[in-house]
Amino acid sequence: MDAILNNLLILTIFFPLVASLIIFVMPDDAKNTIRRLAFLFSLVPLVLTLVMWFNYDRVDAGMQFQTILPWFPSIGSSFHIGLDGISLAMVLLTVILIPLAILVSFEVEDNVRTFMFLFLLMETAMLGLFASLDLIIFFIFWEFGLVPMYFLIKIWGGQDREYASFKFIIYTMAGSLGLLLAIQIMGVSMGTFDIPELMNTWVTLPSDGVLPNVGLPVDLVKTLAFWAFVIAFAIKVPIWPFHTWLPDAHTQAPTGGSMILAGVLLKLGAYGFIRLVIPLFPDQALTTAGILAILGMLSIVLGAYAAFGQWDFKRLVAYSSVNHMGFVVLGIAVMAYAYGMPGDVEGLNYSAIIATNGAVLQMFNHGVTAAGMFFLVGVIYSRTHTRDLKKYGGIWTVMPVYGMILLFTSMASLGLPGLNGFVGEFLVVRGAWPVFTVQLALSMLGLLMTGAYILKQIGETLHGPLKPEWAGLPRMTLREHLVIWPLMVLMLTLGVWPQWLLAVINDTVTKLFS
Amino acid sequence: MNEQTLELMTWLIPALPILAFFIIALVAHRNRTLSWVIAWIAIMSSLVLSWTVSLNVLTSSLHELEEHPVQISSTIDWLPLGDYYQGEWLQIGVAVDPLTAIMLLMVSTATTMIFIYSVGYHNWGHGLGKHKGEPQHDMTEEPLLARFFGYMCLFGGAMLMLVVSDNLLLLFIAWEIMGFCSYALIGFWYAREYPDPKDMPIPRIPPRKASIKAFMTTRVADVVMLLGIVFMWTAFGTMNFSQAFTAEKFQEVIAIIGPVGLAIMTLMIFTGTVGKSAQWPLHVWLPDAMEGPTPVSAIIHAAAMVSAGIFMLLRIFPMIAVSLEATPWTGLIIAGIGAFTAIMAATIAVAQYDVKAVLAYSTISQLGFMVAAIGLGAYVAAVFHLITHAFFKALLFLASGSVIHGMEHGALHAHDHHHDPQDMRYMGGLRKKMPVTFWTFLIGGLALAGFPLITAGFWSKDEIFADAWYQWSHDQKTLALVVFVTLAVAALLTAFYTMRQISLTFLGKPRTELAEHASESSRFMTIPLVILSIFAVAVGWSGISDRFLGTSDIFYNFFHHYAGAQYFHLFEELYEMGLVSHKIESLPWSWMPLITSLVVALGGLALGWLVYARRPLEKGQQDPMVNALGPVHRFLNNKWGWDGLYDKLFIKPTIWFSERVAYELIDKRIIDGILHFIARTTYKIGAYLKLFEEKVISGGLDRVKDLFLSVSREFRYLQTGKIQEYALISVFIATALAVVILLINSGWLVNLF
Repeated sequence: MDAILNNLLILTIFFPLVASLIIFVMPDDAKNTIRRLAFLFSLVPLVLTLVMWFNYDRVDAGMQFQTILPWFPSIGSSFHIGLDGISLAMVLLTVILIPLAILVSFEVEDNVRTFMFLFLLMETAMLGLFASLDLIIFFIFWEFGLVPMYFLIKIWGGQDREYASFKFIIYTMAGSLGLLLAIQIMGVSMGTFDIPELMNTWVTLPSDGVLPNVGLPVDLVKTLAFWAFVIAFAIKVPIWPFHTWLPDAHTQAPTGGSMILAGVLLKLGAYGFIRLVIPLFPDQALTTAGILAILGMLSIVLGAYAAFGQWDFKRLVAYSSVNHMGFVVLGIAVMAYAYGMPGDVEGLNYSAIIATNGAVLQMFNHGVTAAGMFFLVGVIYSRTHTRDLKKYGGIWTVMPVYGMILLFTSMASLGLPGLNGFVGEFLVVRGAWPVFTVQLALSMLGLLMTGAYILKQIGETLHGPLKPEWAGLPRMTLREHLVIWPLMVLMLTLGVWPQWLLAVINDTVTKLFS
Repeated sequence: MNEQTLELMTWLIPALPILAFFIIALVAHRNRTLSWVIAWIAIMSSLVLSWTVSLNVLTSSLHELEEHPVQISSTIDWLPLGDYYQGEWLQIGVAVDPLTAIMLLMVSTATTMIFIYSVGYHNWGHGLGKHKGEPQHDMTEEPLLARFFGYMCLFGGAMLMLVVSDNLLLLFIAWEIMGFCSYALIGFWYAREYPDPKDMPIPRIPPRKASIKAFMTTRVADVVMLLGIVFMWTAFGTMNFSQAFTAEKFQEVIAIIGPVGLAIMTLMIFTGTVGKSAQWPLHVWLPDAMEGPTPVSAIIHAAAMVSAGIFMLLRIFPMIAVSLEATPWTGLIIAGIGAFTAIMAATIAVAQYDVKAVLAYSTISQLGFMVAAIGLGAYVAAVFHLITHAFFKALLFLASGSVIHGMEHGALHAHDHHHDPQDMRYMGGLRKKMPVTFWTFLIGGLALAGFPLITAGFWSKDEIFADAWYQWSHDQKTLALVVFVTLAVAALLTAFYTMRQISLTFLGKPRTELAEHASESSRFMTIPLVILSIFAVAVGWSGISDRFLGTSDIFYNFFHHYAGAQYFHLFEELYEMGLVSHKIESLPWSWMPLITSLVVALGGLALGWLVYARRPLEKGQQDPMVNALGPVHRFLNNKWGWDGLYDKLFIKPTIWFSERVAYELIDKRIIDGILHFIARTTYKIGAYLKLFEEKVISGGLDRVKDLFLSVSREFRYLQTGKIQEYALISVFIATALAVVILLINSGWLVNLF
């Protein structure tokens, strides 16, 4: 028992890997056994994470459940993992979404074994990334997560899966290239890849000095490395104008894949900003915070307009991710501005704490609602075999419960107060107001259009006279209910009583700024 | 009653209906009867709680209320922001002060009446209807009754939450939930379709489009309001009303953001009201909102929604008052929008045929009265008119619903489904068919018209006139005179179109089979009408001026003193600091406003009588105003053309921009174009590399190999196999080496370089 309790984090991360190997050696024709086994396996990290959640020390609010194992001592890299409030929230999101996505993927009929194998593999990658405290480990998990998703889209995707999967992997790889180089130069010059250590050494390098071991000017290297990090993460978030891979990948991915793609993978980029970019490059972050805020604003506004311009249901939902992640970016911009600002400006830190809280909460909220929305698109697609909004109409009459669930989830996505979306957005808006007033005011145009595209999607699917071809649509199955209800409970509880999650995030964020 | 009980009761007032919503949604959604029973229990419990709490507060001594307006207050920690151990929380809570208490009485009563009425309106117990998502033209029970009552509970609960909220954030949360409920309820008949608008005598948009229009139009305002709220939070450091609105805080804030900053904040929050309370230029959603079932129109137009907008202004009234003093242009904007809306909507109402459309525009117009009053700083008058209007407008809407219901009965009886049961041209003579509806409608109508002395509308409008006149005669404010005249004309029109409506609907002879066979509605519907008519008359008597007709000590203006107690103390302090120019005070008596009220109310009613009641419309006869006004009538009937203008100006361009620019041009052509260009370039470079590999690498290597071979062929000749030749070469090389070494040793080479 002690062995488990002392190694909770490492178990959480690597259990899915072990599980995936077990799945891999199963006979391929035992589809139902594989599905159920994969689902059961995916519950284990959830339980382990809950144990960590309740053992998490809020007073400390720093890195906990840390493990350091020797790994590659000759280059100064070790297997260093740990969780603080921000990463714990992200880990929780991941372990909640994966079982639900696997449950959705029971509908996959081809190559079930490979599908589940890849899915569990991806879970390890994502959990490892949120927990890693070493740049090399971080990078390995970063790349490791790409491959299963690539295959999920390429093999089980829609019609344009070749184009979408290729665009997805090449685009992300292009970003990681710079990331790898930047990580290398940081590690070589500092003699360590350990993130907490780099926070002391790398950050405090005199900016007009020369980098040890490398002999290049610090300022130049920092600027280049900063941009390499920024571009890699910006592609992942995605921040406008690096976003066009997203609608393609999301639309083509299988339902379970879209849920994880929108729910967790997009968060990796934003997490990278909060964990690495801003703490490691505070000066550069300060000078570019304004640009970041403008890009966040453009993501919000143009993402919303583009979503409103869609007639493909899934593509519309995909664009809504650009819109919602824009608020995360705006919050991160405020964090960047305040974190890098020397001295104590009246009220600035408080605004930044609010904005950063809002950004992290928005990440969690978007994970929940976007996964829910993609699931609901999948439900209707599996029945009608079309995603064309013009072809639907009046479906509420035949699927009343589905209609209410879609309405509920859409409203959470719209940011209706009382449901989760509002809290994060409101905090970001409050935090950004004194810092980026103009950008924020322009973003409101996007918030307005959020309403427009959400009402469009509800109106075109549910409302209107019932078309005869949909008269016989079957109602939602028990399995489908099992997927959406946990998400709806989260949407409501996070809207009404967000402090159960926000408290954990807030402690860490406040510590970051003190 | 002890404090804790009252606090708990205050929390329960909004909590019970919201809880009922969840119970209906999760448990009772298949049982229509159970659902309305649950809804009734919840709303009636809230009613009892509201009256208990309110009367508890309002029975405190006036002096006590003036010193401590917040009588009940309870907060909870909601969001942890900042240092947990220093207790940095964002708190939300409930509070009851005189304004809340007065509002609670109105909201709970009107909402309960609407709930009772709804059961009859949806023909409960008349056999299950078969048309989901459409009105039941065969007068059977609404199949989605549970959904209807679920939403209504959420709506009522949200409005009650808005009223008891002690801070702007919770208010905004309730505000938005109401927005959602109105969206869901306006579009309740989601499957309803209309023929082409050109083929309809009264062009309409289907409910689902009306609901989107309502939500989006109010959202335009809400996003601006959201900025105003965060502005307030940033500047004041709190969103709590009683903490933010103190004289010291105002001084402090003005010192930081300046009077202009405060004015901008005020106007941003005010924008929320422009949307919610349907003021020009965002008024367009409210007339279409009547596409929902009539109880929904009643709750939107009276108890909740539009009242919420005005209530919010009353909540932030200290901020408005300070802005009015420091930056008079804020007053110009607020009062200007209010007065313009009042007159514009009144002119539109004159030329409408839909019985509900007339009422919808009259709501917009009356809300304009309130906004104008607030823009002049007439706080008490605005509260008073808000309350009286809510009662008589709820009454009028429910009565008009009863009329439509009766007409639909007629349609069913006569098998006539070609005539629109809401079109007043097809009515007439309903006085005899529906006596209770007629008398209650008459009372509501007279209250709306401001019929002197008896009705509530007279007293509350008179109070607005009195304030405007005082500000002109005493302070020489030109704005006040302009508002006074505009509102007087609007009031005249109000009386006129009310008389027109009553005449067209109830007087004369039935003009269609529908009206001929119309029958009185059930008790579920008529009892609320009777109760509301009592309020529509009696509420006014609580607000008769202390110095009415120049007397003293005969009348006591309860309303003025108790509503005024809300800000009495605060305004004294603000006055002393010079932040406002008036305290909350009773006005001296003046005959001018009274004469104006009498003239416009009676004059308007008389005009209406002359045109419509003296010789009621015959079957097939045209509205006499059509010829009298000519193209103006068409303009008014077309609602000044705002809808068409907005369609051209905003909606079409937005769709075009979204589909053509944001998606196709920016994303597809430009961004993806660049990506594809990079991809193609990479492919091309790849192709060149391949060429290079073929020509240079492969070809080049071959050349090197050949060269090497040929060189070695040359060198082959060196290998003669003769030992003396080898020896000779060896000696030669050794000598050369020795020379080099000697040279190096002698340092000659060093000198050389």
